[in-house]
Amino acid sequence: MTQIVAPPAVPAAPAELPSAIRLSLSRAAIETRMFFREKDAVIFTFSFPIILLVIFGSIFANDLEGTGLNVSQLYVAGLIGSATMTGFQNLGIGIAMDRDDGTLKRLAGTPMPPSAYFAGKALNTLLVSFVQVVILLAIGVALFGLELPAEASGWLTFAWVFVLGVLGSSLLGIAVSSLPRSGKSASAVIAMPFVVLQFISGVFIPISELPEWLTRIASFFPLKWMCQGFRSVFLGDGGATLELAASYELDRVALILGAWVIGGLLLCLTTFRWKSRRDG
Amino acid sequence: MTTAVRVRGLTKRYGDVQAVDGIDLDIRAGEVFAILGPNGAGKSTTVEILEGHRRRDGGEVSVLGTDPGRPTREWRARVGVVLQTANDVAEATVRETVRHFAGYYPSARDPDEVIERVGLTDKAGKRIRQLSGGQRRRVDVALGVIGGPELLFLDEPTTGFDPEARRQFWELIQGLAHQGTTIVLTTHYLDEAEALADRVAVIAKGRIVAEGDPATLGGRATAEATVRWAGGSVETGTPTKTVLELTRQFDGEIPELAVTRPSLEDVYLRLIEG
Repeated sequence: MTQIVAPPAVPAAPAELPSAIRLSLSRAAIETRMFFREKDAVIFTFSFPIILLVIFGSIFANDLEGTGLNVSQLYVAGLIGSATMTGFQNLGIGIAMDRDDGTLKRLAGTPMPPSAYFAGKALNTLLVSFVQVVILLAIGVALFGLELPAEASGWLTFAWVFVLGVLGSSLLGIAVSSLPRSGKSASAVIAMPFVVLQFISGVFIPISELPEWLTRIASFFPLKWMCQGFRSVFLGDGGATLELAASYELDRVALILGAWVIGGLLLCLTTFRWKSRRDG
Repeated sequence: MTTAVRVRGLTKRYGDVQAVDGIDLDIRAGEVFAILGPNGAGKSTTVEILEGHRRRDGGEVSVLGTDPGRPTREWRARVGVVLQTANDVAEATVRETVRHFAGYYPSARDPDEVIERVGLTDKAGKRIRQLSGGQRRRVDVALGVIGGPELLFLDEPTTGFDPEARRQFWELIQGLAHQGTTIVLTTHYLDEAEALADRVAVIAKGRIVAEGDPATLGGRATAEATVRWAGGSVETGTPTKTVLELTRQFDGEIPELAVTRPSLEDVYLRLIEG
C-alpha cells in the first residue's frame, strides 16, 4: 500500500512583491468597475455637463461679432475645461468617503504601496474625464456647429492641456479630500469651491464679462487656464481676439497647469491624512 | 518556541489621557492570544501600534522581528489585519474583492479556497453591499488571510454577531490557528477569549493587570468554590468535603446543589475594578 507521507515543510523562497505599476493598473480596474456599478452616480456624472451644455448652449446662441463664432461654442470649450476638472470633485469626495468607510485603513494594512492607490484614482479620473469630453465634443459638433481642429498641432495642444489639467486637478482633489470632517460633509465642502471656480473661470460666463478682480482670483487656479487652452483648440485664431490678452497665452497655460501639478503633488505629500479625524 | 510579538514599556498618550501606560507583552509564534479590557482601556491602541497603524510615544516593539513603526511592504505581506469596522468595497462582489486583494501579495492563497474557508462560496458572486453583518465580517477575515499571513490581528471580530454566527466564526478562527497562524485578537466577550485563546492579557487603564491561561487567570482555578443548595451556601477551599457532609445531612440527594468556581467574567470584573 502506498503510504502517504506529509511533505517536509520547505520554507517558500521569498517571492517577489508585485510591482507598483501592476498594482496601479489593478487599482484602476477595480475603481473603474466600482464607479460604473453605482448607476445613479454614473448617470448624473455624465449627464450633468451634457445638460448644462444643452441648456446654456441653447439659451445663449448669439454670434460673437467679427469672429465667425457663437456663444454656444464658447460653452463647449468651457464645459470641456470643467469636465477635465471633474477629478477635483470626484477625488475630493471619493477619497473623503474612502477615509470614512475604512477603505484607506484597510489598504494601509496591506503591502499595496500608497502610490498605487493614487495612481489608480488618477487613471480612473482620466478615463471618466475623457468619456465626458468625448460626449461634450460630440454634442458640440452635432448641435452647436463646433469645428474640430483639422491639424495635428491642435490635437497636441488638446492632449497636453487635458493631461496636465486632469493631473493637476486630481492632485488638488486628493489634497482637498483631507478638508472635510467626514465623508458625509465632503460633497458640500468640495462642491462649493468647484461651482464658484466654474463661475469665475469662464465656464458659464465669458471671462471678458467678469470684473477684473474676479478674473485675477481665477488666474491663480487651473480651471481658467484649462478653459483658455481648450478655447485655443476649438475656437481657433478667430476667437483669440475675445481673450483678455487678445491671445490664448499657451505658454502661460502650460506654465500654470504645470505648476499646479507640482504644487498639488507637494500639497498631497504634506497634508494627506490616512485616518479620519475621529480616528485621531 | 519563537516570539512573534515582543513589547517592552509601550506608552501612548492622547492629549491628557495616558492611553497606554507601560505595557510588556510576549506573544509566541503559533498561539492564539486574546487581549481583554473595557472600552478605553488601551487595547485597540495597543493593537493598532502592533499593526503599524499608529505611532507609539515610547517603548520597544518588535512584530515578526520588525519595528511596526517603520512598516515595509515585505513586512505587511506577512501580517494580516482585520479591523474593527469597515464598509468599503460595497459595489464589488466577494470574489472580485478577494481576488483583487490577492494581487497585492507575493504568495497569496488561492482566492476560491479562502472564500470556501470563510464559508462564503455560495455568496461569492454577490456584491458586498448585499451581505449581512456576519457575512461581511467573513469577507474581512478572508481579506485578512488572503496573503497567507504568519500573524493575524483581529480587532473585536464578532461584535454585533448573533450567537450562531459567533460559533461559526470561532470555528473559522480555530481552523486558522490549527494551520499554524499566530492570532492576536481583542474582544469584549469573555466566552470568546475562553473558547479561542491559549493565553489572555487583561488591560485596564493602559496597563496589563493579569496575563495567563484563561482557565487559571487571576488564580481562578485555585480560588475558593461556592457550594450552593436549597437553604444555604458556603465558600470553601474543599468543596468535595462540603458536598459529602451535605450528602449525609440530607441522606441522599441534595436539593438544588451547585458547585461553582469564579467564572472568567467574575475574575475579569474584579481585575478591571482593582
